[in-house]
Amino acid sequence: MSVLLLEGIDMLGRTAATIDLEPAHVVGTGGAIGASLRYVTTQRVTERLSSERVPLATFVVNVVGSFVLGLVVFAGVGGSTLRLVGTGICGSFTTFSSFSVETVRLYERGDRTLAVANAAVTLVCSLAAIGLAWLLVAVTAL
Amino acid sequence: MADTHPLVRLETVALIAVGGFAGSNLRFFAMGLLPDVPSIVLVNAVGSAVLAFLVYEADYANRLTARTRLVFTTGVLSSLTTYSTFALQTALAARPLALGGIVAANYGLGLAGVLVGRLLARRFGVPRPTGGETA
Repeated sequence: MSVLLLEGIDMLGRTAATIDLEPAHVVGTGGAIGASLRYVTTQRVTERLSSERVPLATFVVNVVGSFVLGLVVFAGVGGSTLRLVGTGICGSFTTFSSFSVETVRLYERGDRTLAVANAAVTLVCSLAAIGLAWLLVAVTAL
Repeated sequence: MADTHPLVRLETVALIAVGGFAGSNLRFFAMGLLPDVPSIVLVNAVGSAVLAFLVYEADYANRLTARTRLVFTTGVLSSLTTYSTFALQTALAARPLALGGIVAANYGLGLAGVLVGRLLARRFGVPRPTGGETA
């Protein structure tokens, strides 16, 4: 009886460990969280700052997501945590497809300067956010 | 979405989460097949093309329901493509030439993808019974 029970616990333990290390599940779970967070953030940003002209929501998620990815990578996180937070959550929270489609739509609508500015400012701010993340990790490590 | 009922909103978020699971896994799969930089360029270009097709298809023919559209655009495609990994690869580029190359490849092919998607949506989106085969 006791042997059976021990085996059961052992088997449960092993199963849990296997699920924990399955990279596709970890990335997918992070991806589900990241996509949901992006949707909710986009709704909030659009409600608060209703701007038909500027795709502000996409800008916000891309800069914030780049910052968090920077933090995770510079902090030296690896393995399953990096897959969950970096590849999964940050990867899915940020988006390139919405960014590129929105930029082309701005250009088509005649807001050509705004389209070019959107592409440039998103890149500069995302890189600055990564730089800030690096600085924060460096300062905290001291 | 105009749906304000909490359950409807919850269902929408759940559908987007499922799409996010699929999209991020596709990206992860691509990252396993190709080196870091080309894999992100590939998913960003392909994702931009498919999203553009769906967005412009809504303008021309609009065959899909709003719900289906949301799952694919906000769920799958936006999770397949990523800006953060691209930005980090750019920030960590060893040489200025590599940095310029990463930006040019993602921006160039991403925008090219949008134009291809738009072209396809225009070609297949407009319902034209006489496609040119009649005299």
